[in-house]
Amino acid sequence: MAKLAAVVGIGQTHYKTRRSDVSIAGLVREAAVNALEDAGLGWDDIDAVIIGKAPDMFEGVVMPEIYLTDALGCNGKPMLRVHTAGSVGGSTAIVAASHVQSGMFKRVLTVTFEKQSESNAMWALSTPQPFSVHLNAGAGGYFAPIIREYMRRSGAPYDVGIKVAVKDRLHGARNPLSHLQLPNITPQEVEDSMMLWDPIRFLEACPSSDGACAMVIAAEDLVQQSPKPPAWIRGVAMRSEPTMYAGREEVNPQAGRDCAADVYRQAGITDPRKDLDCAEVYVPFSWYEPMWLENLGFAPEGEGWKLTMSGATSLDEGGDIPWNCSGGVLSSNPIGASGMIRFAEAARQVRGDAGDHQVENAKLALGHAYGGGAQFFSMWVVGANKS
Amino acid sequence: MKDIAIVAFSQSDCLARAGAANEVELIMPQLRAVFSQVGLNNAQDVDFVCSGSCDYLQGAAFAFVAGVDALGAVPPIKESHVEMDAAWALYESILKIRMGQADSALIYGFGKSSSGELPIVLSQQLDPYYLAPLWVDTVSLAAMQARMLLEKELITERAMAQVVARARMHGRNNPHAQLGGEVSVDELLAAPTFVSPLRESDCAPVADGAAAMIICTPDKAREWGVPYALISGIDHRIETHNLGMRDLTDSVSTRLAAQTAGVSRGPVEVAEVYAPFSHQEIILGRALGLGDETVINPSGGVMVGNLMMASGLSRLGEVFRRIVSGEVSRGVAHATSGPCLQHNLVAVLESA
Amino acid sequence: MSEDTAAVTRIETPIYLKYNFTAGSAPARFLARIREGVLTGQRCPRCANVYIPPRGSCPACGVATEEEVVLPDKGTVQSFTVVAIPIPNNPIKPPFVIANLVLDGANLSFIHLMSECENSEVRIGQRVQAVWKPSSEWTHAMDNIRYFKSIDEPDVPIEKIGKLPLSGWEG
Repeated sequence: MAKLAAVVGIGQTHYKTRRSDVSIAGLVREAAVNALEDAGLGWDDIDAVIIGKAPDMFEGVVMPEIYLTDALGCNGKPMLRVHTAGSVGGSTAIVAASHVQSGMFKRVLTVTFEKQSESNAMWALSTPQPFSVHLNAGAGGYFAPIIREYMRRSGAPYDVGIKVAVKDRLHGARNPLSHLQLPNITPQEVEDSMMLWDPIRFLEACPSSDGACAMVIAAEDLVQQSPKPPAWIRGVAMRSEPTMYAGREEVNPQAGRDCAADVYRQAGITDPRKDLDCAEVYVPFSWYEPMWLENLGFAPEGEGWKLTMSGATSLDEGGDIPWNCSGGVLSSNPIGASGMIRFAEAARQVRGDAGDHQVENAKLALGHAYGGGAQFFSMWVVGANKS
Repeated sequence: MKDIAIVAFSQSDCLARAGAANEVELIMPQLRAVFSQVGLNNAQDVDFVCSGSCDYLQGAAFAFVAGVDALGAVPPIKESHVEMDAAWALYESILKIRMGQADSALIYGFGKSSSGELPIVLSQQLDPYYLAPLWVDTVSLAAMQARMLLEKELITERAMAQVVARARMHGRNNPHAQLGGEVSVDELLAAPTFVSPLRESDCAPVADGAAAMIICTPDKAREWGVPYALISGIDHRIETHNLGMRDLTDSVSTRLAAQTAGVSRGPVEVAEVYAPFSHQEIILGRALGLGDETVINPSGGVMVGNLMMASGLSRLGEVFRRIVSGEVSRGVAHATSGPCLQHNLVAVLESA
Repeated sequence: MSEDTAAVTRIETPIYLKYNFTAGSAPARFLARIREGVLTGQRCPRCANVYIPPRGSCPACGVATEEEVVLPDKGTVQSFTVVAIPIPNNPIKPPFVIANLVLDGANLSFIHLMSECENSEVRIGQRVQAVWKPSSEWTHAMDNIRYFKSIDEPDVPIEKIGKLPLSGWEG
């Protein structure tokens, strides 16, 4: 059985389009120092560093962990670099946790980052390759047809995505770290924003951000050494499937369903909407909220949009299962870190340390990330209690 | 803590150019080989899969995503990836087994380095503000390291050539080797320097290919009814990126990892070390505390074929093969990453 | 830092790397035929699904696809989007339609352009056919097909998309 482990420190940078005040090393160090301070620890208390980010081409540095050794106090320690596409922030947290859960390490630091302003992410995602058609459509070009298929199947009204876009930005306005600060955003404003990839409008898509997120994960016997309440890791799961294969279910991918079932079983969750107090879920395009509500079992298939429209996922509307109280990926998106921010924000909730976006009395929360063609999934459940 | 058993290993031939084969086509034959060694059908029959690769070798983001197409990952599988040599994918898999989420794991690494100019591509591993814009390639950095060893009289050019001659000699018995054959130390020394003081023969050739391995708990290995070797110790350490702050004539991180892995707790009959340059094999032999009783790189090592992102895993595979064949009962494997041996992994393998 | 020295917040260090890209053995066979204007898919020996363009394996089964199947240049829209986002250096002027298309006799869609149609009339299940460049311009590339255009055939019901025989769709 896995050894008990808990998040005892969380550190983030503030997120913005261009963090020209820091280098890549400065960015990751800012998050790491914040996490160590939060945990009441110093560099010498850390046994290993686990780092994650999306493709190296986003910054143009090959295997950047090699260069970031010094900034992360790693000289003489083990350092591991994870890359699982967009889910990397989540899977890095899971790999970091496994260092402690295996009994091989007592306390580790994990950091993920993206400094998109150092290169051109849109270019890196569609590097022209010979022999194939150069459509230059970016990530939205891949996901928009899938969203269209969801709308067709579920018969959801056109404005579900607009509702999510507004809700997550209102959540983001409660979070001082959030990249987008849009406290006065209106549905009309979202509807009037430019259609980028029909049916995805500008304000229904995530921004492109610089930023980093870090956590300190400790073994049970060291948890007391950190001053703040811990977030106990109650379940971790990952699943992958190929990008494309005949008959693949793209709207409601099996890898996501299997991954959720696995993590719920570990955490003793039978009804996620009832058992969980809140969730931080990777929603880079607004329509992915209703789609993931179904994929993750919060609503029956075809009815996720009804949950969204009822206000159940909104903190401002007093919903029973608030999603993305931090503002989510729609408010801040340093790609490689986005998954870890979900995991860390779930932990902040159960530590009772989420500031103005705290869900009252949150005891159990889900962190979720996905990547590639919605084919790589990583999830964890964290709790205020050990079991 | 749970013991870890290696039950299967396979690697491709080291080819200067793998021709038309793409990533999936490089990986599939190696996966088939390890599955058949254990009697498995595909990745559905193991609990976890982890791979190692580097996008910049091929020059395309998400190179590893294509690798998933080789697995038969329908229904979905538990899978992860490191942007490192697959030896570190092995490390991640060991954590997964020890935490109780898996009893078995498939590990693979692959690279098609011939697509680009490897030493130039790897120059972009360096500090992006100060060093990368200078385009200092890996061969030049290694040459500076060799120069320091020579000037301090810690090695001789003859000793370097002896490493190469021995590797080529061993390579004759390695069916996957790219180079191999009898060549005298004097012949090697007669060749002109390439990036002084290095001769071309001091540098590992660049190869395309893939390697795969299956590990599991000893219970699982007995259930499968296959011979296995145990990983009795494993550790890895990284050093500062600032070359000026490192003693380049030593490998402190290898020394540290060897200590934790327990290299000196028994006789080391063979050692497979990942030394892409001849002088680095000497540094590593010393850091690992190896003496005359140890045969270093009986496969010829990477001097006869260097599968980027898989060579580290192959070092473990080579020691594993010698243990299960009964040739030896205890050996050491080493993997490296980064300029001038910045990051090193050491594993001790023993017979069951 | 002295007051008269401005802080450097940005340096330009362009990276140029040259690669010899290889398509793969299976894609190479496909490309050799598309050079002659022939669309060739490959069938999985295990699940019998046909993939185009082939990439070397059946991703579901993890086995190499060997058997080749010549396919028609007619297909069906599985889903689509209208791209309006301006992307630097993009030769195609937005708004344009890209669609997931599945050829008759194939079981997996690929992404290509649609044109000669009203963007507002593109729909899931719509029948399309390739519009090829003049044969003098053909190379080893998928964009020998300039785009797909709508054709006058009845829409394919959702449950049949991706499952049509080589002979196509009669409605």
